[in-house]
Amino acid sequence: MALITCETAAFGYEGGTAVRDVNFALHGGEYLCVLGENGSGKSTLLKGILRLKSPQSGRVILGDGLRQREIGYLPQQTVVQKDFPAGAFEVVLSGCLGARGIRPFYTRKDRQQAEQSLRLLDGWELRNRCYRELSGGQQQRVLLARALCATKRLLLLDEPAAGLDPIVTQELYQLIQRINCERGVTILMVSHDVNAAVQHASHILHLQGRQLFFGTVRDYAQTQVGKRFLGEGVNAE
Amino acid sequence: MTTFLREYTQGVYDILIMPEYTFMRRALVVGLLVSLCAALLGVSLVLKRYSMIGDGLSRVGFGTLAIAMAFNAAPLTVSIPAVVAVAFLLLRLRENSKIKGDAAIALISAASLAVGVTVISLTTGMNTDVCNYMFGSILSMKEWEVTLSIALTVTVLLLYLFFFGKIFAVTFDESFARATGIRAGGYNMVLALLTAVITVLGMRMMGAMLISSLLIIPPLTAMRLCKKFRSVTVCSAVLSVLCFFVGLTLSFALPRGLPTGSTVVLVNVAMFLLFWLLSLLKVRRKVI
Repeated sequence: MALITCETAAFGYEGGTAVRDVNFALHGGEYLCVLGENGSGKSTLLKGILRLKSPQSGRVILGDGLRQREIGYLPQQTVVQKDFPAGAFEVVLSGCLGARGIRPFYTRKDRQQAEQSLRLLDGWELRNRCYRELSGGQQQRVLLARALCATKRLLLLDEPAAGLDPIVTQELYQLIQRINCERGVTILMVSHDVNAAVQHASHILHLQGRQLFFGTVRDYAQTQVGKRFLGEGVNAE
Repeated sequence: MTTFLREYTQGVYDILIMPEYTFMRRALVVGLLVSLCAALLGVSLVLKRYSMIGDGLSRVGFGTLAIAMAFNAAPLTVSIPAVVAVAFLLLRLRENSKIKGDAAIALISAASLAVGVTVISLTTGMNTDVCNYMFGSILSMKEWEVTLSIALTVTVLLLYLFFFGKIFAVTFDESFARATGIRAGGYNMVLALLTAVITVLGMRMMGAMLISSLLIIPPLTAMRLCKKFRSVTVCSAVLSVLCFFVGLTLSFALPRGLPTGSTVVLVNVAMFLLFWLLSLLKVRRKVI
């Protein structure tokens, strides 16, 4: 049974559909990269999977005993966060809240989990720093650790490399790869970086208002869409 | 300077000790509690970019007070529900990205002020009561306002004590909080409700024009030096209470008698400038 199954799902905003005819299944341990240009419905699809938005038609099914609260999420950064007075460890710890239910205080176990997540991402030395004083890459590291606190099974990432320089971006992709391989966490990443997607992911979902392709990376390179997109990527460099 | 200090200390002593100043002690209790709650709620408001909400709400409070006075109704029974309703409305507009929240606040704020002024000039005219509502009066505290402010403070303190982690999560990153199953909408509603009540309650003392400063300035001051959400919250609450106490006693103890609301605001501003200077010095030391 797949962790997430989309059956002819359509998502959108008031007065418009952003993406329709989405059909895919994501199984445990896979690394799915959702590709597409700006406005192709990638982020809307993520919100649909997170139930922040209900599908206009079709269904999103969580399988394999995955509960809604067990999904980790790395949203795009907002303006509010850029100058937020928060300790890095405070931020990571807040990832444990969903599982905590109504208990008011953090337990020792929560703290241990936060520590483990931060250490896995080589970010332990950031723990006492102020969030707004961290570099873009360090902030993403902290937010990724927070997302890891919220999940053991599935991580959704929304353009994690936005605004990062190439070297930091590479490091971030390696961290995500590490989470996927070492922890066995399933990854669903929204991105428009085709080359990185082909390099790291196991599966590709290509959207452009509707679904253009879903399958393994190897198959993607053989299709018309894939060739065109990959070609563009190469030309752009 | 020494004469001033002696007079001031004598004044503070009078306020705390003299039994005939019941109104003063009421003002002190309500003021301290309102400052405490406002500073706590203000941290979330400022960080969520809702700073103007307090300002807008106080104008609505003024408008509804004017209407209540025209109809001889008890002012706060009209004001509180109306302001709560507007607070929810503003929150809704904020969530709907098509209408910009700041424009909506400006619109509502100007409209309420205009309604208030028109109603007043048609009925009572610009008398002392009206002036008190606009710029505050410490004489106006009633017994039940003391009760209400105590109840409100208990609610706010319990909320911050038991749900601190969740308040942090919702303030820092609402979409992540929602995704992990925290009811962010609910927290926003509670925040709006409490802010509305605080605004109306504090408006009587601080004045409709000045109450929003109690929500905004202490958090901003705390943020100059504190770098964690927890320390910002605690520091903001302590500063707010301290500034109110100093402001109130100054306004009362000085021989001239300054207006309470504006004195409290000025003390807050002075504290902000002090913290700002300290933060600059700190940066410089780091660079060197």
